[in-house]
Amino acid sequence: MHDGVIAWLRAAADRVHAEAASLTALDQAIGDGDHGINLDRGFAAIVAMLDERPAPEDGTADATATADLLRQAGKTLISKVGGASGPLYGTAFLRGAGAIGAATDPSAGAAFVAALEAAAGGISALGKSAEGEKTMLDALFPAARAARAALDGGGDLATVTAAARDAATAGAAATIPMLATKGRASYLGERSVGHQDPGATSSALLLAVLAETAAAGTSDAAAATA
Amino acid sequence: MAANAPSHAMKKLINKVDDLVPESLAGLGAAHPDLVKIDAANNVVLRAGGPKQGKVGLVSGGGSGHEPMHGGYVGLGMLDAACAGNVFTSPVPDQMEAATRAVDGGAGVLHIVKNYTGDILNFEMAAELVEGEVEVQSVVTNDDVAVQDSLYTAGRRGVGVTVLVEKIAGARAEAGAPLADVAAIATKVNGQGRSMGLALTSCIVPAAGTPTFELGDDEVEVGIGIHGEPGRRREKLAPVDDMAEWLVTPIIQDLGLKGGETVLAFVNGMGGTPLIELYTAFNSVNKILGGQNIKIGRSLVGNYITSLEMAGFSVTLLKLDDELTKLWDAPVHTPALRWGV
Repeated sequence: MHDGVIAWLRAAADRVHAEAASLTALDQAIGDGDHGINLDRGFAAIVAMLDERPAPEDGTADATATADLLRQAGKTLISKVGGASGPLYGTAFLRGAGAIGAATDPSAGAAFVAALEAAAGGISALGKSAEGEKTMLDALFPAARAARAALDGGGDLATVTAAARDAATAGAAATIPMLATKGRASYLGERSVGHQDPGATSSALLLAVLAETAAAGTSDAAAATA
Repeated sequence: MAANAPSHAMKKLINKVDDLVPESLAGLGAAHPDLVKIDAANNVVLRAGGPKQGKVGLVSGGGSGHEPMHGGYVGLGMLDAACAGNVFTSPVPDQMEAATRAVDGGAGVLHIVKNYTGDILNFEMAAELVEGEVEVQSVVTNDDVAVQDSLYTAGRRGVGVTVLVEKIAGARAEAGAPLADVAAIATKVNGQGRSMGLALTSCIVPAAGTPTFELGDDEVEVGIGIHGEPGRRREKLAPVDDMAEWLVTPIIQDLGLKGGETVLAFVNGMGGTPLIELYTAFNSVNKILGGQNIKIGRSLVGNYITSLEMAGFSVTLLKLDDELTKLWDAPVHTPALRWGV
C-alpha cells in the first residue's frame, strides 16, 4: 500500500505536469487561468518531499506510515498551491489520511473508499459547497458513491478505483452544462454554462491515475504469485 | 481571424517567469528602504522599523498582479505587512502566518481579506495557525456590485474598496485604536463603499503566456473582477460618458445614494489605461454625480488596484461622513500613497 501511494503520487505529478496547460486553458475560460500551473507546482513539491523522505524500514509501512505520507502530501499542497485549490485539495489529503490511518487494512478497497468519502466531505465542509455547483465535488462525490457500490459488490482495490475513475470522469463531463454557483466561475453567471469545470477535471485526473496505479499493482502482484 | 487581429504575444519585463514576484518585491524593497523591508523567504512586504509596540498590526495580501496593491500600501498609516501570492493566486497560509507574527505588537492583528474563495480559505487557515498566540480579527471586503446575487455566487468580490479600507483602517490603527475599533471602521468602510469595473482589453498571466479572455477590437467586458476573469456581459465600445454611466448607476442604486450626500470618488485604472483617459473618466463620473446633486468630498484617480496590463477602469464610491473624511485625510506614507507627511 505504502509503495502504491508513493507510485500514485509520482504518477499523478507526471500527469498533472503533462495536463497543466489544458487544465489552465479550462480555467482561462471560466476562472482566472492558473489551475494547472498551481497544481503542477504543488505536485512537483510533493515529488520533492518524497525524494527527501526516508523510506520506512521493512515491515513498518503500515496504516500509520501511509497516513503520515498522505498528511505530508496534504500539508505540501496547502503550503505550495495557493488559491482555493491548495486548501481544498490539501484538506482532502488530510481527511483521506485520517481515514487511512483508522483503517485496519490500508491496502484494502474499503480503506480507499473511506478515504475518498472523507476527502470529498472535507472539501465540501471547507468550501461550504455541495454537488451540482460546478466544482471538484461534481467529480468526487459520484466517484465516492460508485466506489462504495463497487466495494459492496465485492470488488477489489483495482475494481473499486476503476469505478471511482469512471464516475469521476463522467461527473467532470457533466459539469459542462452546469451553472457555477461556487468559486470564481460563479461570477460569470450564465456564461459559466458550456465549459467543463477545471477542478472537477483535475479531480477526475487524479482518480484516473490512481486507478491505473491500482491496476498495475494488481498485475504486479499477480505476476509475482504466478 | 481578421488581418488586423491584435497580436497575442507576451511582451513583459521579466527575467524568468518564476522569478517575477520575488524580483518585483526585491525591487520594491530596494526602491523604498526607508518604508519597507522584504521577507524574501515568505514573499512578505513588512513595514520598516516594525512591529510597533501597542499598535494593531494590519495584514493584507492576495495574488500578485494588482500592484501597487498590496505591497505598495505598506508603511505609516496603512498596512504593516502584505503577503504576495503568485500572479492572481492567493498566498498560502504559511505566508500570512509569518506576516501576522512579524507585525504583532501586542495589540492584535487585523487581516484585510478580499472576498475570493482562495483568499478566504488561506487566511482562515493562517488565523488557525496563530490561534492562542496572536489575537486576530478578519474583515472581508466585498464591494463589487457586478456580482448581483450572492445566493448563486461565491458572493461579491473585494475590489476597489479594499484600497480605501486599508487607508482608513490604517489611520485608525496608527492613532492607537484597539483591534475591535480598527475592525469596526474597516467593516464600516466596506459597508458604505461599492465598486464596478470594465475592461477594454484582457491581460496575460505570465505563467500562462496567453490572454485570459478574447475581446474583439470593438468590445468592452463589463463587470470584471481584478483577476482577468471575464465579466458579466459584453457591450460595444462607447463614449466614456456612457461607459462611466454603466458603472456609476448600479453603484448609486446599490448604495441608495441620494442628492445632498457626499462621497469619496475613486476612479481606478486596471493597469494599461493612461491617466489622460482616467481623468476623462473622472470628468464623466463628476458630471453624472453632479447631475444627481451628489457631492464629491474626496477623490482618488490612478492605478491603485490593477489587473496586470489590462486596459479599463473601475469606479468606487464611498459614502463619506466626518469620521471617514478625517481618517482619509490622516497622514500616510507608503510607496504608492503619500500625503500629510
